[in-house]
Amino acid sequence: MTKGLIARKLGMTQLFNADGTLSAVTVLEAGPCRVVGLRTVEKHGYTAAQLGFGEPRKKGLSKPEAGVFTKAGVDPARTVLEVRDYDGLEVGQELNADLFAEGELVDVTATSKGKGFQGLVKRHRFSRGPESHGSMNVRRPGSIGATDAARVFRGVRMAGQMGNAKTTVQGLKVLRVDTERNLLLIGGAVPGAKGAVVMVRGSGKAARQAARKKK
Amino acid sequence: MNVIDALELEQQKETVPALRPGDTVRVHAKVVEGTRERIQVFEGLVIRVTGGGLRRNFTVRRVTHGVGVERTFLIHSPRIDKVDVVRHGEVRQARLYYLRGKVGKEARIRERRAKEAAPAAAPVEEEEQAPAKTARRRGRAKAKAEES
Repeated sequence: MTKGLIARKLGMTQLFNADGTLSAVTVLEAGPCRVVGLRTVEKHGYTAAQLGFGEPRKKGLSKPEAGVFTKAGVDPARTVLEVRDYDGLEVGQELNADLFAEGELVDVTATSKGKGFQGLVKRHRFSRGPESHGSMNVRRPGSIGATDAARVFRGVRMAGQMGNAKTTVQGLKVLRVDTERNLLLIGGAVPGAKGAVVMVRGSGKAARQAARKKK
Repeated sequence: MNVIDALELEQQKETVPALRPGDTVRVHAKVVEGTRERIQVFEGLVIRVTGGGLRRNFTVRRVTHGVGVERTFLIHSPRIDKVDVVRHGEVRQARLYYLRGKVGKEARIRERRAKEAAPAAAPVEEEEQAPAKTARRRGRAKAKAEES
């Protein structure tokens, strides 16, 4: 079983540890999330929990959208996301920051900041060519394949859209849980801009490792 | 108040001495030696103060056994017990890097005579825990944004 909730990224700051060192942390406003619906193997073919988060937009919901919330008997939410393999919940249940404990490892998924159309140096960390002595190969791609292939292979790294894509960072540590203000302070950086909606789930790697140990 | 500003304010000490470059200070820093913790005093000249709010730090320089030693402390760090200002110095620069190449007489700094003529051993002047300059500036920018 994975657990998870929807949160809003508030920004980053730093935290003094007991030994006097500093940790960079991302502050997340964790929930409150409401369980809007459940997906079951019998009915839908997979297990998941549908979570709702945030105030709905001012222009309101369309009738079909509103129907989902009326049926569940839950206040309407702006964002609805599914957490796969999250069971043991009931519709209408509220999830808050206390879902996670301090020291726990989590995976955070969000849409990364958009960087636009970027070249190879920025997008794929290619090294650049010489800038002087008549070199015209400063940020050019170089070779994109062999001649006898007579085509370019799939997946060759080229320039293109960078960022604004769904990104997951795995194995981040929860450094503090503030139940009063409903905050999660997570060590390190999390994808997305300030105000971005992020999904926080229990760490998949840690869960798999624990399962292996049990065997 | 912004949650992040609140989090930073909570971690700040209530009062910290108002340090300026040129001041001679005694920093009481906690050191862990094996299993026990003791307080180590580092006395020297403040050659730099940077950062605002929670991130404020200062560098202390002292010369021991003919070797210059510089340590940078975070003023709000829980590892710092207290900071005593021994003497205020009169300097014109914000960063006293020029002291690095100087020894003896050349490395002297005149004492700052405050207008109220505070003696050198006067009680450490405490700085009110006003929100950091940067935070205030940010707050103003925000207020402006809300107006428009």
